[in-house]
Amino acid sequence: MLKDHARVMHAVMVSGEIIGRKKLQKMIYIAKKISFPFQERFQFHFYGPYSEELTLRMEELCNMGFVAEVREKKGGYFQYRYTLTDSGKEFLSLNTIEMPFLEDCLTDMNSQNARFLELVSTVLYFDNLSKEEVMDKVFTLKSSQRYTEAEIEEAYNYINCLKEKAKLQ
Amino acid sequence: MAYSAEKLEEEKVFKDPVHRYIHVKDRVIWDLIGTKEFQRLRRIRQLGTTFLTFHGAEHSRFNHSLGVYEIVRRIVDDVFAGRPEWKEEERLLTLCAALLHDLGHGPFSHSFEKVFDLDHEDFTQAIIMGETEVNKVLTRIHKSFPKRVAEVIAKTSDNKLVISLISSQIDADRMDYLQRDAYFTGVSYGHFDMERILRVMRPQKDQVVIKKSGMHAVEDYIMSRYQMYWQVYFHPVSRGAEVILSKILHRAKYLYKQNYSFKHQPQHFYSFFNDKVTLEDYLKLDESIILYYFQMWQEEEDEILSDLCSRFVNRNLFKFTEFDPAKEYKKLAELNTLFIKAGIDPEYYLVVDSSSDLPYDFYRPGEEGERLPIHLLMKNGELRELSRESEVVDAISGKRRTDHKLYFPVDLLKDDSSKKNIKKQICSLLDI
Repeated sequence: MLKDHARVMHAVMVSGEIIGRKKLQKMIYIAKKISFPFQERFQFHFYGPYSEELTLRMEELCNMGFVAEVREKKGGYFQYRYTLTDSGKEFLSLNTIEMPFLEDCLTDMNSQNARFLELVSTVLYFDNLSKEEVMDKVFTLKSSQRYTEAEIEEAYNYINCLKEKAKLQ
Repeated sequence: MAYSAEKLEEEKVFKDPVHRYIHVKDRVIWDLIGTKEFQRLRRIRQLGTTFLTFHGAEHSRFNHSLGVYEIVRRIVDDVFAGRPEWKEEERLLTLCAALLHDLGHGPFSHSFEKVFDLDHEDFTQAIIMGETEVNKVLTRIHKSFPKRVAEVIAKTSDNKLVISLISSQIDADRMDYLQRDAYFTGVSYGHFDMERILRVMRPQKDQVVIKKSGMHAVEDYIMSRYQMYWQVYFHPVSRGAEVILSKILHRAKYLYKQNYSFKHQPQHFYSFFNDKVTLEDYLKLDESIILYYFQMWQEEEDEILSDLCSRFVNRNLFKFTEFDPAKEYKKLAELNTLFIKAGIDPEYYLVVDSSSDLPYDFYRPGEEGERLPIHLLMKNGELRELSRESEVVDAISGKRRTDHKLYFPVDLLKDDSSKKNIKKQICSLLDI
């Protein structure tokens, strides 16, 4: 019953606060790719993997009053902060979610910036390609972000580190 | 003559109820249509379980794929050809991507993919890039051509214009399915002046734009999309059928994992149950095979599996009631407990289903939402986002509509031969 909603709420809860829609999208995508059972589907968009379903889920959770969304002006754009509300916590207490290693992974991701997570998620999106092909993709599709080879290498190392945390290796 | 330039001696035409005729002159398109992977789409319904609500909705992904190809062919041959922003060498890439964009869809895609955690887009890529007849045809153009087609469909190509023809807020995919689904379901929504829209489409560097004079035709398209979603795609009866379908697949998988001895061995499903699906296994499965198993599983000893299959095959679907998760989640927990007491497994017989649609979204700079908006080309050459010009579109822009329903088997709840009092409590909570 509403398990997909509960999983996303659990992710928000263990993260404490998630700042930015892009960051939230990338955190859930990366978690899903390292085998946590999130059900939302992702496709490649301007900023890398993006899920319309996750956007919808978050809107629903905000409308239901389970997740609080704070919109704040930052420079030339708006930024959103997400936290779980008390009624969200109460809902979760009725719907047990077991993802024991998720908290470690999400906490780590939450401490990274959105730009880096965008790169990590893009590398994971093309995980069926060779490293050279992935670099080519990053340089072509993400030219505006001007990622360097060293950053891409760092993204690969970070993915391995996360997989370790998720106890997959 | 290069294979890419080869034309058929005589143009072939497919009679089509939506576009009247689908014209094929390029050898490569004709060869792709003849591949077994493309022919398989004849055995996958376009609208999944909707035929249980709208009995005419028996049309297939094959019909739709040809339709999308035909729309794109008309755009590139009749509207874009000769325009400086359009590169003629992209024509075949665009036509192939249009024809093959749904190639990886499986039987009853939505539910099936959810249950087995699959994505038809991955299979589209796998078919195009794998050892398939489709790949052989595409490779005859150039060894890199399959990859280029796959990248357009996956939206990871750097050619944004070609991507936008097949996947954007006003693309050939939507223009075909709205009209085709309206035709086959028999509803009066879904109609708009496509000819007009095609005539006013113009290629730009990164996307297709619409001449301002075509704005009202686009408004009509967006409104018909809005109506089709709520009248057809999210019809609560079809959603109820989807609920049963996915619960059957869940139950069959569960039983398999429990080493249940099936009377009718689900051999076509083994790799799906074991999460080891090969492309070969995937391509073998179609809706006829799934329905065969549902027919046979009615005879299984497992009461839940046989009951759910019987409900699907004989269209004895669950009833539903409106459900507000924010206000009623405690009631749902209570119902869950009562269902268990009544001996009716809530995992299979008490299901919340949610649907949601965003009819049109504009671009908010810096935000992750990022649907590319529809741009109007003004007389002075300036581009203006559609909702800034159209009051009709502005009224529904960025407004998402969501609907939650709670599904349950009313016949089991009204059967007072056992657990009468508990069932009475359930009926009272459900207000039935």
